Amino acid sequence: MTVPMYVSPEQVMKDRADYARKGIARGRASVASTYKDGVLLCAENPSNTLRKVSEIYDRIGFMGVGKYNEFDQLRIAGVRHADLKGYSYSRADVDARWLANQYAQILGQYFTHEMKPLEVEMLIAEMGTEPDGDRLFHLLYDGTVMDTTTYVAIGGEADVIRERMETSWAAGADLQTVLGVAVGALAGPDRNLVSEDLEVAVLARDNGRRAFLRLEGEALAALLG
Amino acid sequence: MTFPLFTPAEDPGPSFVALLARLGMDRPGSDLGPATPQGLEGVAHGTTVLAIRFIDGVVMAGDRRATSGHLISHRSIEKVFPADSGSGVAIAGAAGPAMEMVRLFQLQLEHYEKVEGNPLSLEGKANQLTLMLRSHLPVALMGLPVVPLFAGYDQHQGRGRLFQFDITGGRYEEQDHAATGSGSLHATTVMKLRFSDGLDADSALDLAIEALFQAADEDSATGGPDMVRGIFPVLATITSSGFERLPDEDVASRTTGLLERLSGGAR
Repeated sequence: MTVPMYVSPEQVMKDRADYARKGIARGRASVASTYKDGVLLCAENPSNTLRKVSEIYDRIGFMGVGKYNEFDQLRIAGVRHADLKGYSYSRADVDARWLANQYAQILGQYFTHEMKPLEVEMLIAEMGTEPDGDRLFHLLYDGTVMDTTTYVAIGGEADVIRERMETSWAAGADLQTVLGVAVGALAGPDRNLVSEDLEVAVLARDNGRRAFLRLEGEALAALLG
Repeated sequence: MTFPLFTPAEDPGPSFVALLARLGMDRPGSDLGPATPQGLEGVAHGTTVLAIRFIDGVVMAGDRRATSGHLISHRSIEKVFPADSGSGVAIAGAAGPAMEMVRLFQLQLEHYEKVEGNPLSLEGKANQLTLMLRSHLPVALMGLPVVPLFAGYDQHQGRGRLFQFDITGGRYEEQDHAATGSGSLHATTVMKLRFSDGLDADSALDLAIEALFQAADEDSATGGPDMVRGIFPVLATITSSGFERLPDEDVASRTTGLLERLSGGAR
């Protein structure tokens, strides 16, 4: 009879976390930030078919980094969940906090019980009716949830990007300013990102019921200046 | 409510209706058994809606009355709705199931667009309505029919298109105009006589108001303009820039214009 080798729980968790982190660090980063009239979602993504930024519900947006098939499956589940909830109750009853909690449960479940953790990091953004109602929920691969009202960087080199954001970010700025700060932070000192390298969307307070709006092509190029 | 994560084999795809079915949340109704005519007398029915193609798109319009038998049950219900940003749906028939169908249809289109990242084609949207009507057929045969109109701006073809349906889900594309509901015969006569190719938005809106007015004149279930309460038909245009409902004041002034023309001895 072979005796299974003992591995301490600490070691198991550390290995899993390292595995997930490595997978996430391979991809490019994304930044979300609140601004005067809503929430900006900005991802470095040269593909314009495999989306990292998407619409979940009227005032809720989604951003994922890491393994595409994994976060896209979670995105679709989020859309389904939000639409089901809005259909069963009312559109006003759908909120990002509930969705973020559900995601956290799933990510935590995968992290501790499945063969491999999900190699994803996600951001759920909710635009309030007033600027102080804007919320950003940041979800890690192990189910950790953090919420903020300012800005979040997710993906590879997120720490460096966060530091760059910190030096130039200010509350209550307009869209063009915030986009400039976000793109500058994503690019760093040695690179220059143009509109083709980016996937940008906003949840804008003046955009009617479905607040999600993609900024593409000439409109984006004009904003980038 | 459990979180809707599915294995690839069980995934319902981009259809919200299929998602409801997968979760056992689809609409009850088909197993209610035959209803008695007495049992349905209290059910509100919506009446006349119509659509007219014009040079930049389509006008949709509907009166505001709902009737239960010989009684007026609502004076200001709405029967013309945006289906999504580029199309509209108007309903006649049993008001309850019709409203529910519109709600599900709107959600179906939005759900598809969000899951897939692209909206359905106009023809695809019309087909979705066909499928909903087909699944509604048992309820329709019990005495609760829903008869919608669907119209939208086809971005690929660069023109407005309109579709008429029957209770079985039969889909009939019309070229110029369409009407459904109890007053549709009279509304159609007006549209048929006055329609011409290349109508502009103004003339199409006036024609829609006149067609509804004449329908209300002949059909007791269709509501005419209510000058006392200030209730006017719902009108909307669908063009390349989307679905836009006409403000009530605009409809009011057009209606006043029509009444003046009619009473001024024009006919």
